[in-house]
Amino acid sequence: MANADCIILMGGNMAEAHPVGFQWVSEALAKGAKVIHVDPRFTRTSAVATKHVAIRAGSDVVFLGGLINHMLSNDLYFHDYVVAFTNAATLVNEDFRDTEDLGGLFSGFDPETGKYDNSSWAYADPTGGGVAAPAGDEHGASASARAAGDEHGSGGPALEHAGVVRDETLTHPRSVFQILKRHYARYTPEMVRDMCGISLDDFAYVAHAIAANSGRERTTCFGYATGWTQHTLGAQFIRTAAILQLLMGNVGRPGSGIMALRGHASIQGSTDIPTLFNLLPGYLPMPSVGVHDTYADYIGAIASKQQKGFWAYAENYVVSLLKAWWGDAATADNDWAFDYLPRLSGAHGTYQTTCEMLDGKVDGYFVLGQNPAVGSANGRQQRMAMAQLKWLVVRDLNMIESATWWKDGPEIASGELRTEDIATEVFFMPAATHVEKAGSFTQTQRMLQWRHQAVQPPGQAQSELDFFHELGVRIRARLADSTDPRDRPLLDLTWDYPPDAHGNPDPQAVLAEINGYVVADRTPLSAYTEMKADGTTAGGCWIYTGVYADGHNQAARRVPQGGGGVSQSQWGWVWPADRRVLYNRASADRDGNPWSERKKYLWWDAEAGRWVGDDVPDFPVDKDPHARPDPSLGGAEGLAGDDPFIMQADGKGWLYTPKGLVDGPLPTHYEAAESPVRNALYPQQQAPARVLLPRADNMEAPSAGQPGADVYPFVFTTYRLTEHHTAGGMSRWSPYLAELQPEMFCEVSPQLAAERGLENGGWATIISPRAAIEARVLVTDRVKSLTINGREVQQVGLPYHWGVGSDAVVTGDAANDLLGVMLDPNTQIQESKVASCDVIAGRRPQGADLQRLVASYQERAGVSVTTGTQLVTDPEKEGL
Amino acid sequence: MGQLSGPTDPTADAAWTPEHTHPRKGFFTDTSICIGCKACEVACKEWNQNPRDGDLELTGMSYDNTVSLGASTWRHVAFVEQGREQIAAARTSGQALVSLGMPTIGAPAPDLSPPETPEFRWLMASDVCKHCTHAGCLDVCPTGALFRTEFGTVVIQPDVCNGCGTCVAGCPFGVVERRSDGTAAPTYREGHRKGEQPPVPKRGVAQKCTLCYDRLVDDETPACAQTCPTTSIKFGDHATMVETARERVAELHAQGMTEARLYGANELDGVGGTGAVFLLLDEPEVYGLPPDPRVCTADLMTMYKRAGVAMAGMVAAAAVAFWRGR
Repeated sequence: MANADCIILMGGNMAEAHPVGFQWVSEALAKGAKVIHVDPRFTRTSAVATKHVAIRAGSDVVFLGGLINHMLSNDLYFHDYVVAFTNAATLVNEDFRDTEDLGGLFSGFDPETGKYDNSSWAYADPTGGGVAAPAGDEHGASASARAAGDEHGSGGPALEHAGVVRDETLTHPRSVFQILKRHYARYTPEMVRDMCGISLDDFAYVAHAIAANSGRERTTCFGYATGWTQHTLGAQFIRTAAILQLLMGNVGRPGSGIMALRGHASIQGSTDIPTLFNLLPGYLPMPSVGVHDTYADYIGAIASKQQKGFWAYAENYVVSLLKAWWGDAATADNDWAFDYLPRLSGAHGTYQTTCEMLDGKVDGYFVLGQNPAVGSANGRQQRMAMAQLKWLVVRDLNMIESATWWKDGPEIASGELRTEDIATEVFFMPAATHVEKAGSFTQTQRMLQWRHQAVQPPGQAQSELDFFHELGVRIRARLADSTDPRDRPLLDLTWDYPPDAHGNPDPQAVLAEINGYVVADRTPLSAYTEMKADGTTAGGCWIYTGVYADGHNQAARRVPQGGGGVSQSQWGWVWPADRRVLYNRASADRDGNPWSERKKYLWWDAEAGRWVGDDVPDFPVDKDPHARPDPSLGGAEGLAGDDPFIMQADGKGWLYTPKGLVDGPLPTHYEAAESPVRNALYPQQQAPARVLLPRADNMEAPSAGQPGADVYPFVFTTYRLTEHHTAGGMSRWSPYLAELQPEMFCEVSPQLAAERGLENGGWATIISPRAAIEARVLVTDRVKSLTINGREVQQVGLPYHWGVGSDAVVTGDAANDLLGVMLDPNTQIQESKVASCDVIAGRRPQGADLQRLVASYQERAGVSVTTGTQLVTDPEKEGL
Repeated sequence: MGQLSGPTDPTADAAWTPEHTHPRKGFFTDTSICIGCKACEVACKEWNQNPRDGDLELTGMSYDNTVSLGASTWRHVAFVEQGREQIAAARTSGQALVSLGMPTIGAPAPDLSPPETPEFRWLMASDVCKHCTHAGCLDVCPTGALFRTEFGTVVIQPDVCNGCGTCVAGCPFGVVERRSDGTAAPTYREGHRKGEQPPVPKRGVAQKCTLCYDRLVDDETPACAQTCPTTSIKFGDHATMVETARERVAELHAQGMTEARLYGANELDGVGGTGAVFLLLDEPEVYGLPPDPRVCTADLMTMYKRAGVAMAGMVAAAAVAFWRGR
């Protein structure tokens, strides 16, 4: 980021939520870069940005789509980059129908299941048909249920082969470029003004800033956080930015890209080596019942051997992973113990699991490093669900609300739950803090940084590693005599970590296992290209191979400033293969020369016959830029010299996604599940493929145009403050942090304050169809009322750090109680950045009266379980 | 005159011998790049083991809930929300300073477009003890609890302080405060609080920033500067800090930000310049800083002279009275 000439921060509040990472933005500012913050509120990021642009929460695709349209219609895109490195020239098959033709739907939507069949989105193949997915690949309902979009965290989805048809004049009507032009034509500056509340001048300013800071000489970078992900079309928000950045040539170059600003330390790490239900380490998919029944089905579905790039070798990664887990028990004869892996039978995300708990189908629950009673959407649902468990284990630094809801939660106060009726047995296990244990953090740059242990944890506090290792030891001891085949996966696990001086497993031994080794002599692997599918190598996460190269902990490297050179290559270790900038082949032009001297990074040295520069080449190091091998060779051999996107099945950056996303091949604007605004772009109001969990405890406010929508007339958005950490477990117990932001508050504009009689420093009650909470009021010009489609829309800001309990230094009502659970079908992430509410002056009622207030609003709005569950707004206009 | 007002080397004035003297240390707090994260406040409390402050209630003053510097809050971040008119006024008042001949050394001016964000701005500034060249607190301390260190900074020795409070009145910036037992100044009310409070040490004695004296003697950076993620708080030799500050203000002026001005960098001001200098984006009052701080000793010679004249006059008057009465 420090190398960028322009930084667009959007869907995030980097200075407040990522103050340490913000040093790179500060550095860019000091070098003269423009920093533009696009956000519903004027935040601490806006305060130091070059410019703040206020936007209506949830309208980001309109704004970004407007920028795409601006660049395309004024020929401001980076032509040479787009032609050479993206799929702009690729033709799409004849069956594809865009939202332009179908009133807001893409072809393939099934109104019965609410899911897309994406076969009509495919690239055209030379025979006139579409380039299919490999056998065993999923789409539609099953892919959505598994949040299949998540699987592409380290590369693109699979194609049967890379034999696509390209028209590099970009004029063919079915070329991606022409489809893109038609698709975004209606995203005009006027549409941006009417839907986002952004003036024509402000739009022109941002458009000019990006255009002037892109191209050969300059680069623009984007940074986003949960303000983009937490929407029913969150993945598409990010896709829109990806299209814009590819069009402007801002991928794979210094100071370019899209930075996913993570919510805590090592959230990137927790998707790389996942805590997600649908993934195995290294973004290998979790196998599904009925789809991946055999090993061959599974391997075939991950990637086709005929596609380009390094996913074609997925079998090497899978076998090495299974060898790392099950050692000698994983053999060629038993398909490397593939059947030891559990199979998914549907969606098992956190919210589906909550519903299962409510239905009494879940016995036990581990709560680790999270505080769902405060931090998850629809907090009441979370707490009521935990009350249905038989047992609950909470491991945390403090006695968080998720461990005490049974005695001091809001439902105890309201009388909905009585402590003596709750059968859940709650175990609280004290956890070690990050300074009391060693391990690695992986941050947004994919960089692993090793933390050494500073002090031993106090009392009985344990690290996660110690706890789970010990749990495994005890369970295995209990099952030692078992002859039940279902216990074999547990008993055959390699569970042999050498103890450190305190008798706990050595974290570096775990890192060494993740890195991978030659099975015969435990020699550490130095690159994932050394992995084999014959059982001679093992490795816990293929993308991390190299972090323990030569038997050294590369993540622990700490040369000040990272050593010389712009890539700071001697600080930590970056996956894959210690590459600092991903897809860095794109930093040179088609012929392998730097795009400019100023942005020189990696280039082809014709004499040496190698790619050289400031970073590890993210490309076959000796592949000539003019190489044009037969694409049907597959794998790295199939990559042409101008295919920088080596993890994509066709080697190109995808402006259009023929597959991979389950809710559309191109981002298009839909209103949030709850919105007081009508979608002016299409008859389709909300995201048609959004995931709904309609229940009486998860009802939705009516959307614009529906009766009762005016009962919840305001838009609210939730966010974090610098002073606190997420649901407060690490900050509300610290007096030094608690005193800095001691009470829950809401931020409102002076107009809304006047309309509702709110006073600065006074109290307000905020009511949604799920709950009512109280908060102190900050009346501020930092929140603006916006003119949307000619009428004023008021936004309410709610930090979500407080919770109701009795143990923390500071407590308060939880903003997340207001949220409903409606999910992005790609990721199963909830829409918590925009929803509907009402605000009234004064404190909320206590006891049973609180529920009566919520119910009276529901009644007035006519809200029922079916409100907002209609997937297709106007079937007639949408071709159904 | 140096020991009472005007430019001087405070370390030498305090009779530190050259072999014990270090270059004078100080801060340069550049508020134009402060992101208001308050990490300085927290790092300060952590290092100095200061107790929690305030009543754990929202003040309603933007994001400022610690309100001011005090006995337990030695770094304080102010938050000021301003509209277009106030920004324009700040630019105008700053312009007057620029045309008064503020130095403009080495100003690189790559981007001369007028600065944006004219509608609204949110000022953040981390305040701290100024470690004045002529420190009022030190000059009035009757017990010797306050002393000038070998780094030119001003430090209170809590085990010597008798809590008389003279220094509180002696500070022109309102920085020094007695850590109260809950009767005189209710910044700490034990038992009337939500949540737990760390034990309160050093009650009843005056407290303020030490510029991390205990870290300086080990050649470490003060906690606040060490933790600042944007280098808004810079630490170093005082002369370098002042020079950096002058360069920075010139750079901002070159960008059209005429509202930028320095505070405490003028050794001819009422306290002989401060050890902690600031770059502000508006009048000092906007941040709660006195516009023209003046150490009480600055007028000491004048007062002595006038007192001398008055005394002479009275002696003369008495003499006359006796002479006439004879």
